[in-house]
Amino acid sequence: MENDVLLQLNGICKYFPGVRALHNVDFTLRSGEIHALMGENGAGKSTLIKVLTGVYTKDEGKVRIEGKEANIKSPQDAQNVGISTVYQEIALCPNLTVAENMFIGRGKGKITNWKKMNARTTELLTSLGIPATATQQLGSCSIAVQQMVAIARAVDMECKVLILDEPTSSLDENEVAKLFKLMRDLKAKGVGIIFVTHFLDQVYEVCDRITVLRDGQLVGEYVIQDLPRVQLVSKMLGKEFDEMSDIKTVDPEAEDIKVGTPVIECTGLQSDAGIKPFDFKIWKGEVNGFTGLLGSGRSECVRSIFGADKVIAGEVKIDGKPIKIKKPLDAMKAGIGYLPEDRKLDGIVYDLSVKDNIILAYQVMKGWNHPISKAKAEEFAQKYIELLEIKTASSETPIGQLSGGNQQKCILARWLLTDPKYLILDEPTRGIDIGTKVEIQKLALKLAKEEGKSVTFISSELDEMIRTCSRLIVMRDRKVVGELNESELTQNKIMETIAGGES
Amino acid sequence: MKKFLALLVTACLAFSAFACSAKKAEDDNGLIKVGIINNDPNESGYRTANDKSMKEMFTEENGYDASFAYSLKNDEQIAYAQQFIQDEVDYLLISAAGTSGWDTVLKDAKDAGIQVILFDRTIDADDSLYVASIVSDMAKEGDTAVSWLADQGLDEYNVIHIQGVMGSAAQIGRSGALDKKVADNANWNLVTQQTAEWNADNAQQIVQSVIDSGESFNVIYAENDDMAKGAVAALDAANISHGIGGDVIVMGFDCNSWALAELLAGNWNYDGQCNPFQASYIDAIIKDLEAGKEITEKVVILEEKGFSADSITQADVDQYGI
Amino acid sequence: MTQKVSTKKSGSFLETVVALTRKQFFIPIAALTILVLFNLIMDPSFFAIKLGTNSNGDPVLSGYLITILNNASELVILAIGMTLVTSASGGQDISVGSTIAIAGSVILRILCNRPITVANMLFAFLVAAIVSMIFGAFNGVLVAYFKIQPMIATLILFTAGRSIAAWINNNTLPVINDPTFAYFGNFIPGIPVPTPFFIAAICVIIITLVLKFTTLGLYSQAVGINPSSSRLNGIDPAKVKLITYIILGLCVAVVGLIKVSRISTINYSVVAKDIEMDAILAVALGGNSLGGGKFNMASSIMGAYIIQFLTTTLFKFKVESTALPAYKAIVVIILVVLSAPVVREKMSAFWKKVTSKSAKEAA
Repeated sequence: MENDVLLQLNGICKYFPGVRALHNVDFTLRSGEIHALMGENGAGKSTLIKVLTGVYTKDEGKVRIEGKEANIKSPQDAQNVGISTVYQEIALCPNLTVAENMFIGRGKGKITNWKKMNARTTELLTSLGIPATATQQLGSCSIAVQQMVAIARAVDMECKVLILDEPTSSLDENEVAKLFKLMRDLKAKGVGIIFVTHFLDQVYEVCDRITVLRDGQLVGEYVIQDLPRVQLVSKMLGKEFDEMSDIKTVDPEAEDIKVGTPVIECTGLQSDAGIKPFDFKIWKGEVNGFTGLLGSGRSECVRSIFGADKVIAGEVKIDGKPIKIKKPLDAMKAGIGYLPEDRKLDGIVYDLSVKDNIILAYQVMKGWNHPISKAKAEEFAQKYIELLEIKTASSETPIGQLSGGNQQKCILARWLLTDPKYLILDEPTRGIDIGTKVEIQKLALKLAKEEGKSVTFISSELDEMIRTCSRLIVMRDRKVVGELNESELTQNKIMETIAGGES
Repeated sequence: MKKFLALLVTACLAFSAFACSAKKAEDDNGLIKVGIINNDPNESGYRTANDKSMKEMFTEENGYDASFAYSLKNDEQIAYAQQFIQDEVDYLLISAAGTSGWDTVLKDAKDAGIQVILFDRTIDADDSLYVASIVSDMAKEGDTAVSWLADQGLDEYNVIHIQGVMGSAAQIGRSGALDKKVADNANWNLVTQQTAEWNADNAQQIVQSVIDSGESFNVIYAENDDMAKGAVAALDAANISHGIGGDVIVMGFDCNSWALAELLAGNWNYDGQCNPFQASYIDAIIKDLEAGKEITEKVVILEEKGFSADSITQADVDQYGI
Repeated sequence: MTQKVSTKKSGSFLETVVALTRKQFFIPIAALTILVLFNLIMDPSFFAIKLGTNSNGDPVLSGYLITILNNASELVILAIGMTLVTSASGGQDISVGSTIAIAGSVILRILCNRPITVANMLFAFLVAAIVSMIFGAFNGVLVAYFKIQPMIATLILFTAGRSIAAWINNNTLPVINDPTFAYFGNFIPGIPVPTPFFIAAICVIIITLVLKFTTLGLYSQAVGINPSSSRLNGIDPAKVKLITYIILGLCVAVVGLIKVSRISTINYSVVAKDIEMDAILAVALGGNSLGGGKFNMASSIMGAYIIQFLTTTLFKFKVESTALPAYKAIVVIILVVLSAPVVREKMSAFWKKVTSKSAKEAA
């Protein structure tokens, strides 16, 4: 079984104008294995997946399925040879029922038999242990369940190769566990799974093999037992790498930060996004964070501080002075910056250049009748492109063409340019490569320590939070349930607080 | 927001006011009750004049109780007609937006004993369904104009023909006569024949284009006054004389007051009338019917004049200008 | 050695072509070039410009090029406003033709009872500008605050506008006989270039300055691409959309002035008829996405001149009346298809092939 080769790619090349996205890449997937495809952003993972699923056509190379050469020119072709994909962003229709989503675009020419369809769906859902009903609207399910429905759909289409592209980025740990169980079940049935993710832990938990790409080229294929984490990381980055473990030197005088008037002080703050009133303080030079499960209200809290959601109660003081924040501009003028959770939806302005994206917030603060001159804008852009090592062809490149990590750096640059005294970073590291992750974490610490800014850091990855924050505000069910100081910041303690220690 | 509401309120008021007037069920007071369905008076100067003349004719002083309804859409007009039938009008006067679809409602009217008179436009329906139809003969308008032009006795006719919206009754009628003449006579040429869609701007561009090309021409045959005005603007810019004693003969249609004034001033040469004053004809027919007379002529063609710059008087301008 | 140099040159030339095809400016420039070449081959006299006098004895320039510059003016001015509206709201205002009728009607209403003096004309224009901007704001409020699709929101005035215009003048057709009033749409004595061209040029200069000295361009693009992100950067997306509609309203007032001045009267039902479609087309021909976002003002303006160039060419070659719309449609289809991103991608791929082939041959 192990050596039963399902999918073989040889010498795949793909070029874009001015870019060599893939060069001579080989990849082998065996039946009944979970194979991690790893690499930093820009390594060529997405391109390889898109070639495989027919979104792009390859320029050179061969694809063989079960030994037969396959000519994949469209997603339909890919489906026909048994390749199914579940993307990070769900590509199903939220306004249809689960069953409809399972069968949409299939059953050519057949008359739809609703009863049969629902029965088959129910059967599938129970067999895969997915907590949803056939007639439920897909949009009413959690993201995780939607993802599982997408997988169930793929399974039902008798796919041989299942590609999971960053399926876990928006799931909490419980949901991830469920997803992994599902993946293992499929593996036992002989499906070959290609798993694309940024989470190292998850790779080591569920995968059998790892293929590493870097700069569009193959680095190598490894059996998981033979490749320690540090080695994997160093292969991905192409350099020896030992910064992961300890980027924050424990500061024995950390408690001293919390003296005097807090930079931001909120009391009984509540927004229309459904969070319970909460209190919040942050001092100069402090990095704190909101933690909790997905949907616990972390983002809603910071959004209410920034005025992104409508504030319905409570008050905010900046440096001890009360201030009314009705809209984001009020917050910006008061010296608050907010890097939003959803980079694509709330962060980047897709078609605008890197330069325009960087200067946007600063420009708005300067006012509509004081446009930043072209030269000045270019200067700002260059400064941050260098400072944050943003990888872009030029400052005029549309930001949408950059990789996720570099987009995030641009948004970061945008807020650094406004020189805020308080910076909120909501999931700044989601969906971006490890190298950039560490850079951003370091930057947050540096801003606090060297420039005396206050930073609130939110991340779904606990170890990241522990590394960067000196104080954590823990949330559960849209309510602040606890606050942990430096000395209490251990994985166990945090999980206990999140779960609710009383029970 | 307030503005939006205000507009909405105004619209509602306007509608309710119309509804009241339409439903006003007056007792028998000796007035003849007529329901008049017309096209939107804003459509053109012709229509404005037409509507004005109807309003002036069908007043209480003249013995009428008239209700008016306007629409450029056939189905809306038919709905208005049904409304008038329910209101038990004595006469239904219709200037139809479209030619078809009227059979049922006209039968209803006949069953209810309502007499139907068509004005300005004909419809595709059995002629037993209406008592009379008073219309313009667009082809005749064209004939009158072209024979006037032929009478000018030029050696050669090089005509810029500016057409209205293609396919409209006025365009077909007014183009037909000229097309025939050009086909039959060797000394009649069309320098260009294009549609300006009743639009002065487009007409100006068409004439400008001919001037720019350097071709010679001595007649501008524009199918309405607006287009003739546009054409003249192009002539003026190129210093080409026109009107009485000028190099180019300018012809228009519709007899707008300002156009007749141009004629009187000798800037233009000819303007063909499209008579919007059917009201008096209709009045005469109704009076006859009330008196119990038979209507012999089912189709009444309006008398339409053509005015020449040599003979027009201020009285003509005042009387026929619309 | 020399050979090497020359191949390198041709390679770089082809590369330049490849780069050019990807530029937004490419389509309007290419379209214009084709039209110019076509006319040059068919009849070079198309480009002749003559200095003559008009019936008042004043010097005027004439020729097809002057006709194009003259008659494209209205479209150029509208394209400016339409580009901004398209960018910020991701939709188009289809009521401009009707509101031009309103603006023109207001001007005539004010001037027909007053002596034609500079002050009165200025007054009339200002009132028309305010009225147009109010109607623009009406559209803008529906789009920005009531979140109605632009085409639906502006359908209201599209339908009602001409009736409102007629109502302003009590259904009468005012004619202004004072020649001074005709200056805006024709020639100012002593200046041989048509006034509308200057008015359009002034509008272009003003919008260039506005785009340079305000953040309107950046804001409307940002709002058009990502309203949510714009809001989180302190921009009020609704306000930006509203402003673009008000600016379009001002453009409409200027066009209204030119239109009524051209013939010194108005015809409510046909004045500026279908001009909204041409204005939208100008934006599209400029390679701007009608879905909003990024825009290039110069391309839109170029688009407006192309449409007029095409119209004048068709008039010159005396295309039959009934066939005129068909010809226009064919040309427009070709241009729009060419400017579609998919086709441009293919084209640049094709050029690439040519480049690599020639490079190979050279090797």
